[in-house]
Amino acid sequence: MATSAARPVSWAEIRLWRAGLLAAFLLLWEVATRRAWVDPFFVSQPTVLAGQIADWIRSGFIFRHLLVTMQETIIGFLLGTVLGVAVGFCFAHWETLAHIFDPLMVALNAMPRVVLAPLFILWFGLGLLSKVVMVISLVFFVVFFSTYTGIREVDRDLVNNARILGAGPRHLIRHVLLPSALTWIFASLRTSVGFALIGAVVGEYLGSHEGMGYVISYAESMFNATGVLAGLLVLMAAVIAIDLGLKRLDARFSYWKPVAK
Amino acid sequence: MPTGAILLEQVTHRFPLPRENRAFTAVERVSFDVRGGEFVSIVGPSGCGKSTLLALVAGLVPVSEGRISLDGRPVAGIDPRLGFVFQRDALFPWKTVAQNVGLPLIFRGVDAEAARPRVADWIARIGLTGFERYHPHQLSGGMRKRVALAMTMVYEPEIVLMDEPFGALDVQTRNLMENDLLEIWSQFRRTVVFVTHDLEEAIALSDRIVVMTASPGRVKSVYTISLPRPRSVTEIRFHPDFGRLYETIWKDLKDEVRLGYERSQTGLLG
Repeated sequence: MATSAARPVSWAEIRLWRAGLLAAFLLLWEVATRRAWVDPFFVSQPTVLAGQIADWIRSGFIFRHLLVTMQETIIGFLLGTVLGVAVGFCFAHWETLAHIFDPLMVALNAMPRVVLAPLFILWFGLGLLSKVVMVISLVFFVVFFSTYTGIREVDRDLVNNARILGAGPRHLIRHVLLPSALTWIFASLRTSVGFALIGAVVGEYLGSHEGMGYVISYAESMFNATGVLAGLLVLMAAVIAIDLGLKRLDARFSYWKPVAK
Repeated sequence: MPTGAILLEQVTHRFPLPRENRAFTAVERVSFDVRGGEFVSIVGPSGCGKSTLLALVAGLVPVSEGRISLDGRPVAGIDPRLGFVFQRDALFPWKTVAQNVGLPLIFRGVDAEAARPRVADWIARIGLTGFERYHPHQLSGGMRKRVALAMTMVYEPEIVLMDEPFGALDVQTRNLMENDLLEIWSQFRRTVVFVTHDLEEAIALSDRIVVMTASPGRVKSVYTISLPRPRSVTEIRFHPDFGRLYETIWKDLKDEVRLGYERSQTGLLG
């Protein structure tokens, strides 16, 4: 009988729970390693981790590597997006083209690109280029498919209306097809940025001499769990920061949409 | 003689049903004419092809047989002198009210200087001054319909085709919109072809009414509505001739409506 009526839980309470759980986890971790219940050699220790990150920040070491990773991510992301939008647009516009290349696109997309990273490094070297190519190969397909669907799914009434109102092919693209596809592209943007960063880091991890992937891979080769975990934490923070930025950008571009609940 | 005359001669439209390996005839041997500046309504049971007929006149779909001409010239593609108000208001959701109303002028190469007063004028006519910067999702159904109407009228088409434009509105809003439409029409005297399934609406608005048969749509009969103008849709219903006209046309229409309904129930309509 004692099913409690749903009491609305306030946000303050939820935040308190979140903070509490995190604190409890960190505390358990710290105590467990200090009391040698688990060996800190394998799992490191919160205080040591915090010290490591502080050291990296103080010496500027981490910024150099983060900058390299961000550079690869952003260049690859922009190129991949432009390519994806362009090809998606062409395919939606010339249906024959889409029919011819459809199996190829599906096959390429099905291929696990992460496994291609060693080949990219072989072809394009240890530097920036191989990572950028890796990022493009991941971002392109996400953007391509959403652009393609976005343009194919344009409201037929809207297209007919525009044509009757006097729109030529150029007008249709600029005033109807692109704005309509833009919502789809933006919906995929946050996914593809995540992919872009993964691409860059995996590329660095497998072969490079700088970047966050390199930092993690180097720490790993030294059996330095603290270095690996600290590198991961820094990457995590970067991804969260980017995602928040994109959320804002998305809100700015979808001003015309009713507010989603 | 006013321009904007429409002539349909033996117009048939079929489209293939690939899965059933046959063609579906939407409209069959439809002939009637609309004089320039006339207000003609097409009524008929749902699925009788009245919307298809409008799409054919607009040049959105090609005729299979027969001929449609505007002022003596056969229809080939979309005619720039033509306006179309859709059943769903096909506004551009990413554009503001003012941008929506101005869009056809951009499409038609009117420069921004010349377009501005025309857009402002039409926004004022539809009573949306002050809402220029709103986006469609912020407007009510009636307001959106007004924007759609202004968007069509702003380039002053000679022929305005309307496909059940007020079907989705509540009765009060609908009556207001009908009166506004009549006022705009009497001011500009453009040809209007108005598709509706509401006989009362058709009588209140039109000079003539074309009654269609159940699918495949053919012309069953044409009625002249000689009620006095200017009309108010709310008052004209009390005119002594209104009831008589309604009764006559309804007698004609009701068999088709029943037939259309029965077919839609048995799925014969395809």
